[in-house]
Amino acid sequence: MAEAVTSKAVTSKSMALAKAINESLRRALESDPKVLIMGEDVGKLGGVFRVTDGLQKDFGESRVIDTPLAESGIVGTAIGLALRGYRPVVEIQFDGFVFPAYDQIVTQLAKMHARSLGKVKLPVVVRIPYGGGIGAVEHHSESPEALFAHVSGLKVVSPSNASDAYWMMQQAIQSDDPVIFFEPKRRYWDKAEVNTEAIPGPLHKAQVVREGTDLTLVAYGPMVKLCQEVAAAAAEEGKSLEVLDLRSISPLDFDSVQASVEKTRRLVVVHEAPVFLGSGAEIAARITERCFYHLEAPVLRVGGYHAPYPPARLEEEYLPGLDRVLDAVDRALAY
Amino acid sequence: MTVESTAARKPRRSAGTKSTAGKTTTARKSPSTDPQLVQLLTPEGERVKNAEYDEYVAGITPDELRGLYRDMVLTRRFDAEATSLQRQGELGLWASLLGQEAAQIGSGRATREDDYVFPTYREHGVAWCRGVDPTNLLGMFRGVNNGGWDPSSNNFHLYTIVIGSQTLHATGYAMGITKDGADSAVIAYFGDGASSQGDVAESFTFSAVYNAPVVFFCQNNQWAISEPTEKQTRVPLYQRAQGFGFPGVRVDGNDVLACLAVTKWALERARRGEGPTLVEAYTYRMGAHTTSDDPTKYRADEEREAWEAKDPILRLRRYLEASNHADEGFFAELEAESEALGKRVREAVRAMPDPDHFAIFENVYADGHALVDEERAQFAAYQASFADEGGH
Repeated sequence: MAEAVTSKAVTSKSMALAKAINESLRRALESDPKVLIMGEDVGKLGGVFRVTDGLQKDFGESRVIDTPLAESGIVGTAIGLALRGYRPVVEIQFDGFVFPAYDQIVTQLAKMHARSLGKVKLPVVVRIPYGGGIGAVEHHSESPEALFAHVSGLKVVSPSNASDAYWMMQQAIQSDDPVIFFEPKRRYWDKAEVNTEAIPGPLHKAQVVREGTDLTLVAYGPMVKLCQEVAAAAAEEGKSLEVLDLRSISPLDFDSVQASVEKTRRLVVVHEAPVFLGSGAEIAARITERCFYHLEAPVLRVGGYHAPYPPARLEEEYLPGLDRVLDAVDRALAY
Repeated sequence: MTVESTAARKPRRSAGTKSTAGKTTTARKSPSTDPQLVQLLTPEGERVKNAEYDEYVAGITPDELRGLYRDMVLTRRFDAEATSLQRQGELGLWASLLGQEAAQIGSGRATREDDYVFPTYREHGVAWCRGVDPTNLLGMFRGVNNGGWDPSSNNFHLYTIVIGSQTLHATGYAMGITKDGADSAVIAYFGDGASSQGDVAESFTFSAVYNAPVVFFCQNNQWAISEPTEKQTRVPLYQRAQGFGFPGVRVDGNDVLACLAVTKWALERARRGEGPTLVEAYTYRMGAHTTSDDPTKYRADEEREAWEAKDPILRLRRYLEASNHADEGFFAELEAESEALGKRVREAVRAMPDPDHFAIFENVYADGHALVDEERAQFAAYQASFADEGGH
């Protein structure tokens, strides 16, 4: 611990999540000439969320590329560039705009390694700002992660904080597999300490972000912060909740979920995406298999409804909030 | 800045040319000097003859000219009101059409009642021409609904946010008109950015193969958020049509008469069974992409200033005045009407109620769905639990 504190003084600084990704992309561009940034408005503008701010200025138009307005084209050409030895990091401007590229991602990007019997590697990172809570118009607030996690050949991750965003981006770019990198857009402006020298844990390992004994809350991306707030509120009522930040949805670190549930014996999964056939459904099924005799309550899920993402003035009702998660916690504890 | 008139027809080099980014903001094409550009009114308000398209506005009366002027002025006023309502927090977002009034009013007024319009999310002027109440457009920008009007009541489809998708819907609708043996036509709006989307290319293919009665009306406003048209195409966009086997025309998008004439011509071709047409209205997005955008990040003020001289409203006013088609009384009356519209829109937006929470579960399916019913019931029980506790 003493060592960590010493190194923190030298290499750690507070930055917003968006800035952390920006710094991580910058580091990747500096350290590997094959890394490319591609997307709509990522160059001169620096992206609509400024995640790529300043990168084109410093690395030029041949490495930070403003593409035509065509998502299928962005992912399809990224596949070609990867075949040629590049490591493209592409941006899809908003979650709801990924679907023109869905064909390229599902039928090509995900499967080419297997089809080539392992000869072809496609180290493509698809960055997608996702999730709601920013009062946007439709197609700007969706959480389609399950649609990608359901596809073999893709890895799907989502950081919850600036430090993870920095390091998980480094690891995603280094991965020889395609990675769908979901960025919690409502947390873009949240600051945290980022240590750019610390050696991170594995990309697909979950992290306990708050220890507890009565119930486990599992979340990822934008819902981790909410679950920490829930745990703090529950603590005032004398309940001890553990919060597990999954970080990776595919592969999913079931071992860490299992270890936590064997301790707390209760589990609530929280995500913004619709509950029906969402990642929470898979977690509930697996944990029921693995921990059947440990569980004191059924695994409960809190998430979006089986309805289109609503207009902004209704999103607070649609999205999991403090009260809705606490309600699920109470129900689980009541068994 | 000087406008580079001699290079008007020369396609620009696209990505990969180092100098592109620095020069795009200072060396733009001038529509008024483009020999391929259909123009009936110069920026100075002079009527110029055009052998091909004059006949489509030949019978236009002074009253109708004043009507076009009124449409543009009121549309701009509505648009300005919406922008300020966004600034006041009454709207979450607004996509301004400032500068594109002539393209929208000219093309919108060319449509017949039985024609069908497929807009993007910026066609406030076309909506006006179709008789959609402007306040209806604001629900989705306020965040109380995701559309909110019945497309069939004015043959004006819902706004489409995903770029280019609606061009295929327009094509399919037009294919249906053909199957029905009707002589209606469809007009599909999209922008220079959308021209890169696969859906738009596919809509060109389908409409050509099935000879669908559809007009593709592309407002080339020069910017797709931060990317200039050069990032989307090496050839002028109207030339794309040729490769698909139908005609393409570039019209001065800031000339309401030319937009009216060219769109009428294209719609009549469609009605006669001659198939699709691509109209590229060459115009300029005077404002930001939306209220969330900051154009100072990527384009120079000089470019905007050069386009201000080609303002669509100003040039029709000059023509109306020079030809004695409108007097001071008309302009004064319109000014008052304009202010009244602003007030009406302001009040309507402020009075727009937040939707009922249960609206989330409404209209998810036409025939209902057990899971939606179950979740609605759970939601109701959850909400009621707060009421029991004395209200949260």
